[in-house]
Amino acid sequence: MKLDKIDLEILKFIQGDIPLSSKPFYKLADSLNTTEEDIINRIKKSQAKGIIRRFGAVLRHQKAGYNTNAMVAWLVGENNPDEIGEIMAQHPNISHCYLREVPPQFAYNLFTMIHAKSKLELEEIISDLSLTSKISNFTILRSVKELKKTSMKYL
Amino acid sequence: MDKLDRQILDILQENYPLEINPYALIAGELGITEAEVLKRIGQLKDDGIIRRIGAIIDARSMGFYSTLCATTVSEDRIEEVAKIINQRPEVTHNYIREHELNIWFTLTASSHETVLDIIRDLEKAAKIEVFAMPAQKTYKIRVALEMGDSK
Repeated sequence: MKLDKIDLEILKFIQGDIPLSSKPFYKLADSLNTTEEDIINRIKKSQAKGIIRRFGAVLRHQKAGYNTNAMVAWLVGENNPDEIGEIMAQHPNISHCYLREVPPQFAYNLFTMIHAKSKLELEEIISDLSLTSKISNFTILRSVKELKKTSMKYL
Repeated sequence: MDKLDRQILDILQENYPLEINPYALIAGELGITEAEVLKRIGQLKDDGIIRRIGAIIDARSMGFYSTLCATTVSEDRIEEVAKIINQRPEVTHNYIREHELNIWFTLTASSHETVLDIIRDLEKAAKIEVFAMPAQKTYKIRVALEMGDSK
């Protein structure tokens, strides 16, 4: 993974909000003394390397109709966390799924972020997941209030 | 938000055309003009539905370390503590949640040490005990959510 100066400048530019215009990479290409094709190829390369996970729109889920969100943490044993993790990951309403190291104060180690369009839908998704994963020990951490949500600036 | 808006959102999330003129290509796909696509995206941004358009960078491949953190704060101190936590640019998400551990936030920084330092600073400044819950395994990170209609 070798990034040169131009790659870093591009990442700096696209980690934020790119301009909404017919040719969004035109000005960047101009300021870096290169072509739009070069910019796009470099972005694609960074994507292939896994530095960029996705390129596109980031939504505010709540305003996009997914207004009932919860973090649900499941108690998964040592034996088969991967199997359970994969079951959870397949669900379209789950955006994030991680196995975490947890302190004794918090017993649940498999974390899922679930986005639903209603309280009822959320409950259905959770009971469905519990059934298919056969995990009955979980806790629902409903979000009461968003205090901060930003995108990390890496450069 | 109508059907066309939802189709645009799906394309922008999952199939953003990385080309010189992405919006003309989206317009072609949907059978509308580029001006119409740009106008609708502008509106979706103004309405706060689109937070931004750009790259989602993988923290780990950039050498960054991140962790979920939780703490318990009494009702009357939430505002004060939230302010202290949110001040840190390394805190990207912060939520009040229904649980005894009622404040949950994520920390991302250039190294594990830096993250531990920030946690220590926060504990001192806010007089709280922070529990870090770093990921051992990632099964899914997919921020895109289907808006329906286009499939």
